[in-house]
Amino acid sequence: MSAAFLIEQLLNGVQLGVMLFLMAAGLTLVFGVMGLINLAHGSLFMVGAFFCSWIAGQTGSFWAGLGGGFLAAAAAGALVEVLVIRRLYDRDHLDQVLATFALILIFSELTRWVFGDRPLYLDIPPGLSGAVPLPGGGGYPAYRLAIIGAGLVTAVGLYLLIARTRLGMQIRAGESDREMIGALGVDIRTLYTAVFALGAALAGLAGGMVGALQSVQVGMGEPVLILAFVVIIIGGIGSVKGALISAVLVGVTDTLGRVFLPQLFGLFLPPSEATSVGASLSAMSIYLLMAGVLAFKPKGLFPVDA
Amino acid sequence: MRNGYKGAVLALAAGAALGLSTALGAAQNAAQAADLKIGMITTLSGGGSSLGIDVRDGFQLALKQAGASDVELLVEDDARKPDIAKQIATKFIQRDKVDILTGIIWSNLAMAVVPAAVKDGVFYISPNAGPSALAGKACHPNYFNVAWQNDNLHEAMGGYVQDNGFKKPFILAPNYPAGKDALTGFKRFYTGELAGEIYTKLGQTDYAAEIAQIREADPDSIFFFLPGGMGIAFMKQYAQSGLKVPVLGPAFSFDQGILGAVGEAALGVKNTSQWSKDLDNAANKAFVAAFQEEYGRLPSLYASQGYDAANLILAARKKAGGIGDKDAFRQALVEADFASVRGAFKFASNHHPIQDIYVREVVKEGDVLTNKIVGVGLKQHANAYVDDCKM
Repeated sequence: MSAAFLIEQLLNGVQLGVMLFLMAAGLTLVFGVMGLINLAHGSLFMVGAFFCSWIAGQTGSFWAGLGGGFLAAAAAGALVEVLVIRRLYDRDHLDQVLATFALILIFSELTRWVFGDRPLYLDIPPGLSGAVPLPGGGGYPAYRLAIIGAGLVTAVGLYLLIARTRLGMQIRAGESDREMIGALGVDIRTLYTAVFALGAALAGLAGGMVGALQSVQVGMGEPVLILAFVVIIIGGIGSVKGALISAVLVGVTDTLGRVFLPQLFGLFLPPSEATSVGASLSAMSIYLLMAGVLAFKPKGLFPVDA
Repeated sequence: MRNGYKGAVLALAAGAALGLSTALGAAQNAAQAADLKIGMITTLSGGGSSLGIDVRDGFQLALKQAGASDVELLVEDDARKPDIAKQIATKFIQRDKVDILTGIIWSNLAMAVVPAAVKDGVFYISPNAGPSALAGKACHPNYFNVAWQNDNLHEAMGGYVQDNGFKKPFILAPNYPAGKDALTGFKRFYTGELAGEIYTKLGQTDYAAEIAQIREADPDSIFFFLPGGMGIAFMKQYAQSGLKVPVLGPAFSFDQGILGAVGEAALGVKNTSQWSKDLDNAANKAFVAAFQEEYGRLPSLYASQGYDAANLILAARKKAGGIGDKDAFRQALVEADFASVRGAFKFASNHHPIQDIYVREVVKEGDVLTNKIVGVGLKQHANAYVDDCKM
């Protein structure tokens, strides 16, 4: 095994992790601040991807598409918050799961109605096509490097927003005691709408960026959503720092598991069985990781209210 | 969030139990009484939707051309989920009392639905999935596959790789029955050394890890079976990876429905198929023209399979004088006296086709990517499981 191979696989893991972070950040903010479980977060990812590819198709510019996808997801998030989510904060989690599950179905049907039921396609911007040489031979797609960069910039921006700004202070205060900050004169309703729209926008950004790697299709958010839930459970619900670290951990575990588990079983099983057993086990690897973490830290790696 | 972790975990579990499925099958219920009721379970949403849509559109085109207004076609979306497919099948059989089931794209769904359905006395006419189990030991007199047995196209590509000087192919497929059938079929006709062999997750859309493994293995060709959105994602990401190894596959990843998405990266790729739009026979010419006229796009392999499935059923019904006499109808299906768009058509004793498998090349016609036949991979080929099927 060459060093370039290992570097390439680690980069793959980090890139997947950064994508998961963008999904998980919104989920964990909404959960942390408002105590709301939002299963429809994956739909906002899908909305971002669809608008991104549609606008990119109309204007011929990937960047216009990405910006449009970001804004469209934010708008969809704000709209959903005002129309539906607002009524759910005081209900228990099961009601929230049911209502947001219904939102998934509504979003999927609406998307199919607006954009048709065949997948849409989005091309990688010309400046980012092709591969960048890696030290020690091989290459790495420039676009994936750009995703890693964009994700890290977003993470830093989010950190600054929460740690250094007035809005961030209100968000943090809302996490610990919502009645108190309401009493201090902060408009909670608007704050919640803003946080929800921010989470939606991050999911939309992720959707737009991923859309250029795959096809943009109805239901594309659900598999990512499940991984994002695993990420926030490992990271500690409500913690943005936890989400970042655990997202990278999950991304790297998933990628390396997919590569090395089949090879490991290949040492003592015939090739076809080894790839089959290894592939099945690697699909479980992140859940094993989650179980392992929860066994030692039941509230995740970075519990907010520790 | 103060009501704590336990509540959150419970709620998450409830979410998972709901399956997070986005299936909203829209049943198209024709009101009038029909003397033939067909239930189509197919994939109309998610990563495999273009396959199901094409099968459905091809099937409906054939019904329309035949003026078969006495045939009632119920269509529902399985969202590529075996449990949903099973539910729809149960409903079709018990409530709607369908005579024939059809439409399933994916082999894992076929395995979940077909054995129980045919045992219930319903006919199953597969327009796509042809898993080896149903061709061999679990074959059944009421099960017919009008497309192929799963291994067929891969066998033909294995033979092509063997005969065309490739010495070190890297092969990959999803980890489900058809994926295993695919690589087994390939290795039945390609017996040389492999640079590597991997099974990926069904529905996977990120192939970065696999592409790095391919780069590391340094193969002279790549054979992959990744139907639907999986193949699109793979080819787009492969084109970005800087790797230049020739790519080969069955028709599934280079078919009309997805060539537009894969784009220029597919140009020149060789793929194997039992059908191509340039096949020179009257039925095919009429089909290609009518499909374009009706839907405003070129037909795909899957559309041709849906079209053939409907025509097989209609021809058999005519020959047997209805489907009241099941034995007569079954016999008429076996005789398969219809004008297939792939030319001459007949069934092997296990109810899978005996047919030519062609080698196609992706070419550009004007500014549309499409396929052109460049050779024949296997002539009048049946499948490896004929002798395992006792019926």
